[in-house]
Amino acid sequence: MSALARLRGGLGSTAGVYLVLLGVIVVAAVVVAAAGRNLFTPGNLTVLMTSIAVLGFVAIGQTLVILVGSLDLSVAYLVSLSSVLAAGTMAGASGGTVPGIVTALVATAVIGALTGCLVAYLQLSGFIASLGVGLLVAGYLASYYRGTTGKASPELAAFGSASIGPLPVPTLLMLACLVLAVVLVGRTRMGMHLLAVGGDAHVARMSGVRAGTPVVVAHALSGLCAGIAGVVIVARLGVGSPTVGEQGGYDLLSIAAVVLGGASLAGGRGSLWGTLGGILIFAVVDSAMGILQVNPFLKEVVRGVVIVAAVALYARRAAPLVRRRFAAGAGPEPAEASAATAAGPTAPVTEGAER
Amino acid sequence: MTGTVVEPAVTRYDPSRPPLAKRIAAGLATPGGIVWVLLVALLVAVVVYNPQLAAPEQFLRLIARMAPVAIVAVGQYFVLVSGEFDLSMGAVIGVQVVLAGTLIGDDPSRILPVVLLMFAVAIVVGLVNGLVTTLLRVPGFITTLGTMLILSGLTFYATGGSAGQNPAEEFRVLGRSGLELPVLGYLPWAIVVLVAVVAVAAWLVRRPFGRLLLLSGDNPRVAHLAGSPVWWLQTRAYLLSALAATVAAILLVGYAGVHPSVGSGYEFTAITACVIGGVVLGGGRGWLLSAVAGALVLESLFTLLNFVGVAATWRPTVQGAIILVAMAVTVLRTIRRRRPPAAEVPPRSEPGAGEGAPAPATAPQQPRGT
Repeated sequence: MSALARLRGGLGSTAGVYLVLLGVIVVAAVVVAAAGRNLFTPGNLTVLMTSIAVLGFVAIGQTLVILVGSLDLSVAYLVSLSSVLAAGTMAGASGGTVPGIVTALVATAVIGALTGCLVAYLQLSGFIASLGVGLLVAGYLASYYRGTTGKASPELAAFGSASIGPLPVPTLLMLACLVLAVVLVGRTRMGMHLLAVGGDAHVARMSGVRAGTPVVVAHALSGLCAGIAGVVIVARLGVGSPTVGEQGGYDLLSIAAVVLGGASLAGGRGSLWGTLGGILIFAVVDSAMGILQVNPFLKEVVRGVVIVAAVALYARRAAPLVRRRFAAGAGPEPAEASAATAAGPTAPVTEGAER
Repeated sequence: MTGTVVEPAVTRYDPSRPPLAKRIAAGLATPGGIVWVLLVALLVAVVVYNPQLAAPEQFLRLIARMAPVAIVAVGQYFVLVSGEFDLSMGAVIGVQVVLAGTLIGDDPSRILPVVLLMFAVAIVVGLVNGLVTTLLRVPGFITTLGTMLILSGLTFYATGGSAGQNPAEEFRVLGRSGLELPVLGYLPWAIVVLVAVVAVAAWLVRRPFGRLLLLSGDNPRVAHLAGSPVWWLQTRAYLLSALAATVAAILLVGYAGVHPSVGSGYEFTAITACVIGGVVLGGGRGWLLSAVAGALVLESLFTLLNFVGVAATWRPTVQGAIILVAMAVTVLRTIRRRRPPAAEVPPRSEPGAGEGAPAPATAPQQPRGT
């Protein structure tokens, strides 16, 4: 009984994510083995490792944004934007590698920061701000680019296909970024502020934290991560594509991966290692289906089932009944105020105590 | 915020209500009211650009084309004010359109059973969305993302991603033709359906269900403590949303034909429409009719841009810009309105329109001084 309770208690944390991952691996291995194939051949593992790089980058940024209590729906378009800017600028020339990458990353980081400013200083909800900014970018992409553009420089293409041992270099870079992000969140003042604002912007402000800065930083980093993902795509495909981000569904899938990793959409709770677990769950399911040559449309169905089932497994305990608004950033919250007409002055207190 | 003596007069009936004209003016100043001004302005602009549309028949045809988006927005409204999202609406439309196309075929006698089946499917989807979100505590965003992937995956798998055969002409009547009337000349069925859907929805919002739904979106804890079944309220919101998507699908079969991606993007368009209409994401606030107006604003803006000659590829940018501008204006207004010490708008409890005023009762709750 107590062991079960402890197990339940731990299920909301990162350990629960990896427990689910373990279960998914076992099921996938058994299903693949039943079809007479092996999930763990070096070739299959390399495919699996390669597949997590792009979504991994996007999800790292998304985790930071969700931790600070916002949401980034613009990442898919930023991935596309980065890919066309990088490939277009370098146009296959060796000398274009650095300018191409810099152009792409600066553009996406600046756009991310702009979204962050809308959230932090105009108090738009992250959902709306990033949806609006993403659509702005989408219209630009649709109007100025037809089909694939540009060409990856030889160096970038080499980077895309290189691997150290069984691990592809882009995936290693992604893991390195993940560690950097873990350090940022867990070991720096900015990280603490990020968590504080995500937990409760009001309390954070009362404690002397400038509530706007972490929001802007998180969004800028999310833009940057989406930009890196776009560059990795150029390295892989050799060209930039204005629709590659949308086709990958990186916006919704990255959010799903973060939530699968145990983060709360209300902000303030979650971990990057959990997100990695979430991405690995996706990757294992995908690669098992790839080996079994499942119809690509049915893959979507299985993904949908996995997302809901996995989150349901550990969401039961964790999620509070009261869902906080996505509002983040400084300033008075009009929403809270009139809620209080019903609940009286105690409403903010009880909401704070929920967590 | 100093010196005002605060009375908890929010719920008390105030015999000295301001005159109707003043109340309308105050209502128009809210985000849910501005949208109507915007709608009228846009429709006038559309008619100016294309004088042919001034004829009642052409004008009604124009509105009829906007009906599906408006109906989807009605469904999304219920979910949004309950504090959740429904991302599966577009996929539900896809499923229903394909079901109608493949099952009805050329046989008009199958229309009734297939329509019943479609509504049954909608009820199942709504129940799954609602119960997984409320009882299993999966965030609605994730639940409906999952059902979206599942439903669209199944639809594309069943059709192979290609367009299907159109169902019997009798079924497509609702979407593509209308009534001959003496005065108006011609009234498209789509408008009749839209008005019916909005009327039922408006009635629901004024029922205890609607009021409790707004309450549970605003503060689920209070709703729970007051004894209302929050899980069942939200589940019913998801049910309504799936049913609205189905009605929209029936109209879409009429003039868009059968294709699994007919509904794609409708969920975000509907959320956009609601937000333009002043519905607050996170729940508890928003006026149904303004959400409908938001949908019409969005569609008439696209029509106008079409007439002006802006390429269709800029549609997303326009949609993004209008979202950001609408929200920024709302926020800036709210901030400005909160600056002066006393509230200029009298507190009132207006049905549905929670957008009213941050009443003076909230004043002592702002310990921060900027």
